[in-house]
Amino acid sequence: MTYSPHTDAERARMLEAIGVGSVDDLFDDVPPAVRATGFGLPPPLTEQEVRAELGRLAGRNRVPEISFLGAGVYRHLVPAVVGEVIGRSEFATAYTPYQPEVSQGTLQSIYEFQSLICELTGMEVASASHYDGATATAEAALMACRLTRRHRIVVSTGLNPEYRRVLRTYCSGPGVEIVEVPADLAEGGSGTTHADAARQALGDSIACLVAQQPNFYGQLEPMSELAEAAHGAGAQLVAVVEPVSLALLEPPGSYGADIVTAEGQPLGIPASFGGPYVGLMAARMDSVRQMPGRLVGATRDVRNQRGYVLTLQAREQHIRREKAASNICTNQALCALAATAYLIAVGPEGLREVAVAGTTQVRHIAAALEAAGLAERRFTGPYFAEVALRMPRATARREALLARGMVAGYPLERDEAALADTLLLAATELTTDDQVERLVDALQATP
Amino acid sequence: MSVADTRPAAAAPGGSDTSGRGSAFRSGTPEGDGVTVVEPLIFEHSRPGRRAVRFPSPSAAARQAAASQPRVPDPLRRRAAPRLPEVSELDLVRHFNRLSHLNFAIDLGFYPLGSCTMKYNPKVNEWAAHLPGFADSHPLDPAPLSQGSLELQWLLAELLKEVSGFAAVSLQPAAGAHGELTGMLMARAYHASRGEGEQRTTVLVPDSAHGTNPATASMVGYATVTIRSNERGGIDLQALREALGPETAALMITNPSTLGIFEDQIDQVIAAVHEAGALAYMDGANLNAILGRFRAGEAGFDLMHFNLHKTFSTPHGGGGPGAGPVGASDRMAPFLPTPLPLLEAGDPEEVRRNAWRGRSTPGGRFALEQPDARPTSIGKVRAFTGNFGTHVRAYAYIRSNGADGLRSVSNDAVLAANYLRVRLSDAYELPYDRICKHEVIFSGRRQKRANGVTTLDIAKALLDEGIHPPTIYFPLIVDEALMIEPTETESLETLERFVEVMHDIARRASQDPAALRASPRHTPVGRLDEAGAARRPDLRYRFPDGADSAPAGPTEP
Repeated sequence: MTYSPHTDAERARMLEAIGVGSVDDLFDDVPPAVRATGFGLPPPLTEQEVRAELGRLAGRNRVPEISFLGAGVYRHLVPAVVGEVIGRSEFATAYTPYQPEVSQGTLQSIYEFQSLICELTGMEVASASHYDGATATAEAALMACRLTRRHRIVVSTGLNPEYRRVLRTYCSGPGVEIVEVPADLAEGGSGTTHADAARQALGDSIACLVAQQPNFYGQLEPMSELAEAAHGAGAQLVAVVEPVSLALLEPPGSYGADIVTAEGQPLGIPASFGGPYVGLMAARMDSVRQMPGRLVGATRDVRNQRGYVLTLQAREQHIRREKAASNICTNQALCALAATAYLIAVGPEGLREVAVAGTTQVRHIAAALEAAGLAERRFTGPYFAEVALRMPRATARREALLARGMVAGYPLERDEAALADTLLLAATELTTDDQVERLVDALQATP
Repeated sequence: MSVADTRPAAAAPGGSDTSGRGSAFRSGTPEGDGVTVVEPLIFEHSRPGRRAVRFPSPSAAARQAAASQPRVPDPLRRRAAPRLPEVSELDLVRHFNRLSHLNFAIDLGFYPLGSCTMKYNPKVNEWAAHLPGFADSHPLDPAPLSQGSLELQWLLAELLKEVSGFAAVSLQPAAGAHGELTGMLMARAYHASRGEGEQRTTVLVPDSAHGTNPATASMVGYATVTIRSNERGGIDLQALREALGPETAALMITNPSTLGIFEDQIDQVIAAVHEAGALAYMDGANLNAILGRFRAGEAGFDLMHFNLHKTFSTPHGGGGPGAGPVGASDRMAPFLPTPLPLLEAGDPEEVRRNAWRGRSTPGGRFALEQPDARPTSIGKVRAFTGNFGTHVRAYAYIRSNGADGLRSVSNDAVLAANYLRVRLSDAYELPYDRICKHEVIFSGRRQKRANGVTTLDIAKALLDEGIHPPTIYFPLIVDEALMIEPTETESLETLERFVEVMHDIARRASQDPAALRASPRHTPVGRLDEAGAARRPDLRYRFPDGADSAPAGPTEP
């Protein structure tokens, strides 16, 4: 199947106008020594055949009937209206809004996105989007280095290990050194980052402290104390948050975060095997000129109407080239639109309902497994919508449950040897009482 | 004047205000013909207590069980609920449908935006990406649950290897610039592995390059050296040889270039770079011109990124998401990001053969590489394995076209660009009058000199004709540049109309330049005050005084 409209007669007409005998003549400039010798791709398919092939592959995935897996990606209800909005081809098939007169739909929706993210995080300015939460966090760390003119950063090991890996890669280029401050994983520990430990790691060469709330283990970090520790050393606090949690938790702007990043996937974006998602970044207005990524601003047109444009572009690669704040160009605009539509669809009350359902059901899980003598909480202290539970033979039992179409969370020993036999279980509003009961039953049947 | 100034009028449904943005519809132009959509900010639609989507409350049993667990301590709680808009679902639908009417899009009209490859995005690809088996697949699901996702990624990498002639491909980078970053980090790792990490500190970039190339070099700590183009629009081989040295880490070169020209000495360019011990990186943004004609890996390039959202037709989404996979030669493959999708059990040849016939291979098993399996890897550049939904669309596109289809994609794209080249060369100056590839670069110099009509004016006049302007003022080395990329999916009638409109604009430039400078007149908004926007940044909605949020509601647990 091909999407070219040209008939052979039309091609001949164009070739004649150009004054060449065949289309091959248009490729004479490829030096003979380096012309392609092969192109061994499969033959074309009709739509019917494409559907069969893609259906075959999608059918080879097995979506679990019950899953308590989160660890940074959460299965939430995606309201039908969100899919409807981003499915409109006026949004989906538009380019970057470089011509504002014919891009007000995209531009206004990004301005609304920036406004919503500012409101949710309590920050003054939000960017138009990043590739994902991990790269937004890495860019935030580099931004803090530019703002403080320092070249070392401190990272809590309560930060999602995927994010820590991406941070390491991004920092390796410019040679930014990473110092890790361990979360308290001791027996009877809180699973969180102690401010004293952070203070010890900080010093006058550190650009920022990166900490996550709720942290990777679902535990609630003492963010105000961490902010104080960072600021005491002249460093910035990069707060990595989960957007749904901000319905209930103190916004990072209130506890002194300087840069906020998040994975926006929970806001109406399907898990889709890891992407596309949307990285969120917000900051204070006085650091906007070091902020990476596109920004939309409001202005007036020649008819004195309100309108929106890409602005402060002197930070960006197409203007500043090697002096740009980042090389980012294409971002995740359509996913940002999904997050915008989601936040509007659920509103303040709906977002609260989603957060309350998740935090309630995860406690239901922990209480039910504890009451049945099947598991114990690995950490002390408060958690949010994910909980680390220890149980004998956790990995083997997780495998056994898999055979029953159930994913019993994420095995934490994958990243931390100290967390053997510990599973991280997540709940959302999609988690039902029946699923919790079946988890208890399944674990009981799998000693 | 701030946005908030228009609120009183906006709050009166059906009313209008001096801004013209206060109600849903108004007459379209200053002359009063037509009807145009105008749409307030969603915050201005908000009414306390209005709702769209609702969620079930946890059961009494769940709440009772939860009560035995630690609560979220008060000091960590939000004191006031976020002031998200409160609207009905119909409010929401109308808001975004009206906004959508203010957009131009490839599904609405011709989009000859140079270097962006705005081709048609087939609908069956969207259908595929939304299949529940893909959409509901969690990236951390155990491999036995994700065999379809993993097989698709493995097969897509195989197809991209064949398209490019590279030994290996990583799908992880999320965009072209992200692919460049990956490539330059790999270059660093390669030189370090040979003990030349400290010595090689510069990256060479032609003066016609995209801004992302020098920005990427800086991001990995390299200094950029700019290489001038020669009078034929190619890289100046002499200048390149002079610039190459023991401190050169890599050359980043876009081929075909942003002038739409194939580097006809590319073999000598690659040889010169390798002779200096440096790496040759190809920016694959313009791959749409050369499918089946030139394979960068086969020609000796060490690295290249693909733009799936350009060549392989995944929709641009108003600025993303895209995907920027990176291809690597044999010697660069060990440095690719981790994890790669692997065929863990099964014969690769058999798995490919079966998949091309729409069959699964019995006993075939896929897995992700273990995190530390390849110590030479630069690590991860993104969480998980990339923009998977984009991979699905690109895979569907490549399979639809097949070898013959992809060859004709490039043939027709190049044919269309050359057709516009000859048809417009009477009206606009053609700085490089030679066979072009996917795009052709004109200059508006003549119109500027003779009539004071700039390339910006020409672009804005096109908007009034329902045509998206070409890329303008880029590449930087062409004065008043107009960079036109028609792509292969536009019919001859569309190309003819574009020629007609461009001729008409050239004529009007000499007859009535003032009218052109006043364009656009028929768009939802006129030219915008961009300087003012940058001088007084207004980057978010300001709530009116007293519109403080309600205290956060009951927040158990």
